[in-house]
Amino acid sequence: MVAFLISTISIGVVFLYGCVGEILTEKSGNLNLGIPGIMSVGAAGGCLGVSLYMGGLSDTADANYFLVILSAVLMSALFSAALGAVYSFLTVSLRCNQNVTGLTVTTFGVGLTTFMMESVVDRSRLSAASTLIKLNLPFAESLGVVGEVFFSHGIFVYLAIVIAIVCGWILNRTRIGLNLRAVGENPAAADAAGINVTRYKYVPTCVGSVIAGLGGMFYIMDRSGGMWGYGVEAIGWLAVALVIFALWRPIVSILGSFVFGALYIAPNYIGGANRELFALLPYVVTVLVLILTSVLNSRETQPPAALGLAYFREER
Amino acid sequence: MNNELTKERSVREPLFHIEKQDGLASWKAWLIRGGAVLFALVVSGIVSAILIKANPFEFFAMIFDGNFGGTLRIQILLRDTALLLGVSIAIVPAFRMRFWNLGANGQVLIGCLATTACMFYMHGKVPQGLMYVCMILASVVAGAVWAVLPAIFKAFFKTNESLFTLMMNYIAQGLVVYFLNIWAKDNPTGQLDPIWDGMFPQLGNQYVLPILVVAVLTALMFVYLQFSKQGYEISVVGESENTARYVGINVKKVIIRTMIISGVVCGIMGLLLSGFINGNVSRDMVDNRGFTAILVAWMSKFNPLVMIGVSFFVVFMDRGVIQAGRHFGVTNDAYADIITGIIFFFVIGCEFFIGYRLRRNKQKKEEGKK
Repeated sequence: MVAFLISTISIGVVFLYGCVGEILTEKSGNLNLGIPGIMSVGAAGGCLGVSLYMGGLSDTADANYFLVILSAVLMSALFSAALGAVYSFLTVSLRCNQNVTGLTVTTFGVGLTTFMMESVVDRSRLSAASTLIKLNLPFAESLGVVGEVFFSHGIFVYLAIVIAIVCGWILNRTRIGLNLRAVGENPAAADAAGINVTRYKYVPTCVGSVIAGLGGMFYIMDRSGGMWGYGVEAIGWLAVALVIFALWRPIVSILGSFVFGALYIAPNYIGGANRELFALLPYVVTVLVLILTSVLNSRETQPPAALGLAYFREER
Repeated sequence: MNNELTKERSVREPLFHIEKQDGLASWKAWLIRGGAVLFALVVSGIVSAILIKANPFEFFAMIFDGNFGGTLRIQILLRDTALLLGVSIAIVPAFRMRFWNLGANGQVLIGCLATTACMFYMHGKVPQGLMYVCMILASVVAGAVWAVLPAIFKAFFKTNESLFTLMMNYIAQGLVVYFLNIWAKDNPTGQLDPIWDGMFPQLGNQYVLPILVVAVLTALMFVYLQFSKQGYEISVVGESENTARYVGINVKKVIIRTMIISGVVCGIMGLLLSGFINGNVSRDMVDNRGFTAILVAWMSKFNPLVMIGVSFFVVFMDRGVIQAGRHFGVTNDAYADIITGIIFFFVIGCEFFIGYRLRRNKQKKEEGKK
């Protein structure tokens, strides 16, 4: 049970990064279906950063905790922000179709990641770096089961929750958040009120991409212990789905991501022939939430009104 | 004084402004798209020179060789073109009415699953002819059900169809994994062995019949969309639902009917994949063609005839780059996705220069002085 809870939290955090990143993006009116690709390149970038840093050391034991974290975060952010910028340029400046662009970003990002991880990144020292990244809080052991479940994680687990809370606060309590929501709901009105629509679409999309990319990096470098698998893309799609489950609220998404995390790993802890059916649960639940929110049709649970639409000032 | 300066700076206009343009001659539009593809190919050559240290000329020569070097490669090129074209044909009616069906992967896969289920349970127990009929019916019904569920909720409750259909992909995949666990539980690889005897008879080789079926589907879809009343209704709903309602079109009915057609064609593609080509089902059998097909349909402006050329080009590049990558020592096929992505980026981006025009702003300062 304890192992289940620990695993739930760590997989949930991957969803949380992706989900919060996508919420921020969608609030600006951009439906970024490139998130799975962006999470992938975030992972690849982070691994590249770590491998470059670790490769420069004569002995893996010399690795410095802060420099490992720094190299992972910086390179991950660089890669995912770059891809987010490509998406923004195409959809905001060139007003291309968001769905088509997003799918291409995913194709490109997943391809680039597989190529980088297999042909560019030196993976031999990633697991050594991963033990550093997973380093838990010093007082975790002294707190018994509670400590083991909640405090035995690496720094990125807590960072995710902090980011989610900060994003929720910015969206609902600050002028920037108000402007951002205005751009997502009605860009023409926001433009008339003097808000720079282009900037309010570019920045959240790129920042959201960086956050989502951190999720991919976390998945490989922390949860998977530096081992490379192909799972990031599927998790990315679930993160997109989680946005609906969380009703576009970063705070709710904290809870939602752990629910998704539990559903996602539950089949591994359930024996019997039906465990594969349990693996369907996250998707079925998402569909049900999707149906439920649209049937209820309350104003509080709707996506941003201008979601998916390109804004052109001279258009009536 | 200082205040005035900042004021002037703040009203300074950007160098360019964007203007919408309608009705650009279609040859000009296609020239722009062709230019974008050429430009993308040049960029791909440069990227390949950097990433895999490929001589650009040799790189493009290898792309041709990867497609036309040998009968087998040509056959696979044609087969894959037909498969991609078929899925594009399947999704195009829905996209014409702006229904974002991201679930073609799942709709085809569930068709594969239904076909394989018939083969698995009926093969050798019922007459072959009856089994064929069941396979066709099962695949078509499965594809239609997978497509119509999101359509019903979209029509009645405006449920977001792109996310609904996306989730249906993974539910279909999960079901395939579930059934494979039952059907192939004695097989250590977890794969289901192809049921060769249960498959449809071949015409020459296993690729000819599927290609013919897709050709017929393409022609039928072209006629349906271009010349039938229902095809016209689809276009009207896509242009404006309010207009459609005003002229007396039952929008709900059109959405549901169109998605059933979409799903039926997807089911047929599943039938081709399982019943004609592979003889079994696997989780990744559709190979993301549902997503690629969206890009194909969109790049072709939803015209079935243009889609023939575009899907050929996409498969040509994909297969060619995989071969070229192997030639230059890339161990995985993912490199082709990078090149495909680059080409798509340029082709998507070039639409801006077809729909809009950049105008240099006149220097207003001079006018102000006069």
